[in-house]
Amino acid sequence: MNFMAVVFVLLGLLFFTGGAVGIIRMPDFYSRLHPAGKLDTMGLLMSMLGVALYTIQEFSLGEVLTGLKIMFIVVFVFITSPTATHAIVDAGVRAGLEPWTQDISREEP
Amino acid sequence: MVEQAKVSPQNRSYEQGTPSPSDVQPEKSRASRIITFVILFVIWLLLSGRFDLLHIGLGVASCFLVTLFSADLLLPSPDVMRLPGIWFRFIKYIPWLLYEVLAANIHVMYLVFHPRMMRLIDPRIMEFDSKLKSDISRVTLANSITLTPGTITIHISIYGHITFHAIDIESGKSLPLIMDARIADIFKE
Repeated sequence: MNFMAVVFVLLGLLFFTGGAVGIIRMPDFYSRLHPAGKLDTMGLLMSMLGVALYTIQEFSLGEVLTGLKIMFIVVFVFITSPTATHAIVDAGVRAGLEPWTQDISREEP
Repeated sequence: MVEQAKVSPQNRSYEQGTPSPSDVQPEKSRASRIITFVILFVIWLLLSGRFDLLHIGLGVASCFLVTLFSADLLLPSPDVMRLPGIWFRFIKYIPWLLYEVLAANIHVMYLVFHPRMMRLIDPRIMEFDSKLKSDISRVTLANSITLTPGTITIHISIYGHITFHAIDIESGKSLPLIMDARIADIFKE
């Protein structure tokens, strides 16, 4: 059980790292939101799953309830995170920001 | 104009958006109240984790008060009989969505860590027509599209025309359409 928990937390950290690197490497506002909003959600799911598995050591009622509460965090983030990402994208579109496309980069060099 | 004059006061209030007395079905609204109470109470039990008389009594009292004030917020439609089917199909939809989210996450991770990322990505704004009608199914679709990495919902018009931003063509080509069909299957639209 502890081994599984460590594996899940490490996978979550890998996703978080990918999100952070993606924010730096992506070319423009819209495409930066892809790693920012989504890889973080997946990283949270993985690491919280690991923490919940670590909490449930001997299947007593209190431990299972604590694990369920930890999974509730993931449920709420899964509902709110897309909404927040959509709000940011909508703000960009309303401000008239044009998305970066592959064609422009081919003309530049 | 003559026809308008004949409209009874009851029908006029219906046209203005307030339900006429014949529309409110007491037994169905009672059923939705009971369901709301049960849901709230189960969440109370899960979050409190104490099963002595004081905590359960407090839970019953507060759940009863909340149900009394806001029963029509959790289940706005009086059509209670369709709900178990929708919930069952929705629960079957979640594992599929999680699998797709995981696959798309790995795809975006691959793009992010790829040395020639700027050549591989091809961001664009794509759009398609959804056949979903109700608010709740459109919210589910928009959140599912945004939750999947590689696509973010920008806008849904009232006619169901969906605009979304995709990081490359593969992410936006087929998956939103499959999601649309699956969510239409959940809500039977």
